[in-house]
Amino acid sequence: MPEILTRMGDGRRVSMAREQILEDIQAGMADAADAAGVPSLSEDEMEKIADIVSEKGKNVAVEPGEEVILTNDGGQIKITMDNGGSGVGIDMGRLEAILLHERAFAHDTFELAWTDYSLKAIKPIIANEMQAMEYMNSLTIVPLLYGAMPNMGLYYAPDGPYGNPTDLMREFKIDFAMEQAEAAANHLARDIKYVTTLLDSAGCEGYNFDTTASAGDVEFVGTLMGVEAYRKACPHAYIAVGMAAENVLGIHGSIEYNGKIVAGMFPHDQVKIVAEAGANNFGAVVNTNTSKSFAWNVARSATMIKECVKQSEIPVHADLGMGVGGVPMCEVPPTDCVTRAGKILIEIANIDGI
Amino acid sequence: MAMPHAQSSGMGGIRTAGDLVARMQFAKNMHINEAKEHVAKTLDLTPLDLSDEEVMREKRQDLDIGVVTGLPGAPRGIAAKMNIEKLLGLKINSCEHFRQQLREAY
Repeated sequence: MPEILTRMGDGRRVSMAREQILEDIQAGMADAADAAGVPSLSEDEMEKIADIVSEKGKNVAVEPGEEVILTNDGGQIKITMDNGGSGVGIDMGRLEAILLHERAFAHDTFELAWTDYSLKAIKPIIANEMQAMEYMNSLTIVPLLYGAMPNMGLYYAPDGPYGNPTDLMREFKIDFAMEQAEAAANHLARDIKYVTTLLDSAGCEGYNFDTTASAGDVEFVGTLMGVEAYRKACPHAYIAVGMAAENVLGIHGSIEYNGKIVAGMFPHDQVKIVAEAGANNFGAVVNTNTSKSFAWNVARSATMIKECVKQSEIPVHADLGMGVGGVPMCEVPPTDCVTRAGKILIEIANIDGI
Repeated sequence: MAMPHAQSSGMGGIRTAGDLVARMQFAKNMHINEAKEHVAKTLDLTPLDLSDEEVMREKRQDLDIGVVTGLPGAPRGIAAKMNIEKLLGLKINSCEHFRQQLREAY
């Protein structure tokens, strides 16, 4: 049986027989079904994943008519920033970088971003960002959002005014840790309302809450409270909420949104409260395991996200960047895996976008 | 990394009708097939046509909703978006803001 050239979750090339690929697809699928409590994929779906993983061409593509909408995180930072990670460090203005994405890179939507991609950092420069938004909007055609992470870690010591729950828990100050986390979440929600409504008053079409819940369940609730206030103030806004991980980390453990404990939620439950808060678009994340194969990871991702799409009232865009959705965790993700992950998530999980 | 997605799975942005389908997703919470069907019906095309550059280049030029190449005299930016508003029957916040800045109603 000929060997198929594929990769591991850290990007290393490996050769596998089709039987090995199918075994890994079954194992990745079973792991997702067990972890998230979602239905298994059918034998036909797993065979289809194996077919796509095994395609001989370097890159793969969907059939004409099956294309989906692309949203983005980081906006023009991917061109202008040189951070050793995801930016290519080309020194150019933000407008030029945004127009490149619209007119040369075929993006369906785009976003404006500040170099520090965190909401807290936008507050002191909000007037600058409002003017930039007005200027960009006069020249672009695609839906143009503003993007920044809630990044609630910046609200804790030593960067912010609240005690750091992880430090406090080490000192067995559990109740105080929970109190501080809740206070930080309320502060985040106030800041979200401040930034988003001012941007809206300058004509901003929407906001992308990227990497939501990176600081766990309290950040998730703080973001949802902010989204709720934003939606109430700006009924016309385009609101996207993309997650940081497949499972909400329980830093607090018992904090709720609309009567539901959010710690431990997987994508198919996350999307429901994101929609309840008033978002239009959900970015579903499934983490990549670097010691497993691409086939294992992408099957696991398709299993979780398929159920998320099935249960969602709003469009679901799968997060298919570095280290998520089955895409290998390495600084320059190989295009063979990037394109295969997209095709598999479209054909198996029925995603609305990437 | 966005480029391989755009090449293999993306609708094509303003090369085709990607921006229009995206607006229906955001404005009306439509899933992808519903959004494509709505835009196709509005443009008197099929959903398959929406990602076809050869079809959409001419259609976009006819409708004055912005084309991807530099075409002297063709609306772009806010002017193209104001035509998209009318075409899709949507209010776009950047256009609303622009109208508010004008001294007379347009």
